[in-house]
Amino acid sequence: MSPIHFNERLAKIPEGVLHKYLDLATDPTILSLSVGEPDFPTPFHIRQAAIDSITAGKTFYTPSRGLLSLRKEISAILSRKHQLDYDPATEIIVTIGASEALEASFITLLNPGDEVIIITPAYITYAPIIIMAGATPVPVVTTAANGFKLTPEALEAAITDKTRLLVLNYPSNPTGGVMTHEDYEKIATILRDKDIAVISDEIYSELTYGVKHASIAQCEGMRDKTLVINGFSKAYAMTGWRLGFVCSSPEIIRNISTYHSNAMLCPQTISQFAGIEALKNGDEDIEHMRGEYDMRRRLVIDRLNAMGLPCATPLGAFYAFPDIRSSGLSSMDFCSALLSSKKVAVIPGNAFGAAGEGYVRFSYSYSLAHIQEALDRLEAFMNEIKSKK
Amino acid sequence: MEKILNLLRNNARLSNRELAVMLGITEEQAAQQVKALEKAGIIKGYLTVINEAKIENAPVFAMIELKVVPMKELGFQDIANRVIALEAVDSVYLMAGDYDLAVFVKGKTMQEVATFVAKRLATLDSVLSTNTHFILNKYKEDGIVLDDGSTQDIRSTLKSE
Repeated sequence: MSPIHFNERLAKIPEGVLHKYLDLATDPTILSLSVGEPDFPTPFHIRQAAIDSITAGKTFYTPSRGLLSLRKEISAILSRKHQLDYDPATEIIVTIGASEALEASFITLLNPGDEVIIITPAYITYAPIIIMAGATPVPVVTTAANGFKLTPEALEAAITDKTRLLVLNYPSNPTGGVMTHEDYEKIATILRDKDIAVISDEIYSELTYGVKHASIAQCEGMRDKTLVINGFSKAYAMTGWRLGFVCSSPEIIRNISTYHSNAMLCPQTISQFAGIEALKNGDEDIEHMRGEYDMRRRLVIDRLNAMGLPCATPLGAFYAFPDIRSSGLSSMDFCSALLSSKKVAVIPGNAFGAAGEGYVRFSYSYSLAHIQEALDRLEAFMNEIKSKK
Repeated sequence: MEKILNLLRNNARLSNRELAVMLGITEEQAAQQVKALEKAGIIKGYLTVINEAKIENAPVFAMIELKVVPMKELGFQDIANRVIALEAVDSVYLMAGDYDLAVFVKGKTMQEVATFVAKRLATLDSVLSTNTHFILNKYKEDGIVLDDGSTQDIRSTLKSE
């Protein structure tokens, strides 16, 4: 048979540490702390809105940018919650999850040879999609010592004349780090007069603990060169609905729309009706889930620190990112050993880039009883390591 | 106070230290709040939810609707007092509707429960009638789903569906 030819860029995507690890963690009796999605079901009134739209036969294509009524609700909630103002008609596009929002943004903004600065440890899919878009990801290393924030010094050191884009993701997956408005002001000062666009992936914006979510788009001169990406998965426990959006200047949205309307036609109609209900009546759901995550977060951080796994207090998302170097093991060895001896699955930090080596990601989007059992096993594991030394 | 109650409602075994950490208060404050709730009679006890169907010689449960004649002055309190004093009785509620008291009882066998109803409940002064419902299966108790199969994390089942 004659050979099939593949896109050459695929070969440039490094083999994922995550997949290697997940291949190990297939035993169904494993106690997992590896999932990156809420444990809550989608609130019932949101599911009902989707059912109602199906019953009413509203199952046709929508405008490519999404229902105007949904875009109006997105505009309203961003203004109300985050002091961001976008015109529903020209500055918002609804996408198939924040994932498509990212992919469409990268495709729209990047050319071969461009460099994209990503903040590491970073969400796993940024680098592969940047590579698929023909550009080169340039990792900037952040550390636990300063809460995994991007510093102006680190940013300046990474900028070259090929830099076209900076990808921010705060609250951060995997570290739980957040950036304040003051932190962003320092970054904005560097970027304001440069032709570098910013993607701000704010998917965890509703899950911050004791701090107000900030966006770099709020800084003077940044709005029209920033693409604010968000979605419904984490805030409203709607992962499987695949609904997200991009907000930016009319020019940027028009260009993204050119790609999106050809590649996707339009986002899922049923999910859009669920999304409208979520934005209109979902504040209490967010409040409830955030309260639960917060209590688990405090418990997890307290116990990780007590068992000799120092952990910067995460101020957002639902992950703890403890430093496991006291075990004397690499991230991968730590996770493999924990898996085989205690049947607990956490994600090795280097799955999120080289900067994550020496850490593991611990998701607390699980019931309290589940988390407590996992912490007990982790503690026993740590005690065995200490007694061997 | 409300937060502590909500946490203990779902897991009575949380230590004062765990409560303190989760609520961002000191261990002493948590201990004091729990004590205060106990003293005020808001927390009445700490029980274990048991899936009785899984243990050998599982007891038999029944719910008995009781129609009674309320007493002058005392209303339902007098009859309620006499019912709650019976050892086989787990719970007693005053109901709005077709009957007055809902009485949940536990016995070793159906025969034992039947005898209890006939001899101890039905014979009480002011009891007009009884209507006994034997419980065939418990699916959920105090907010906890008892069947292990249906408590699986849907997230993991979807991945192998």
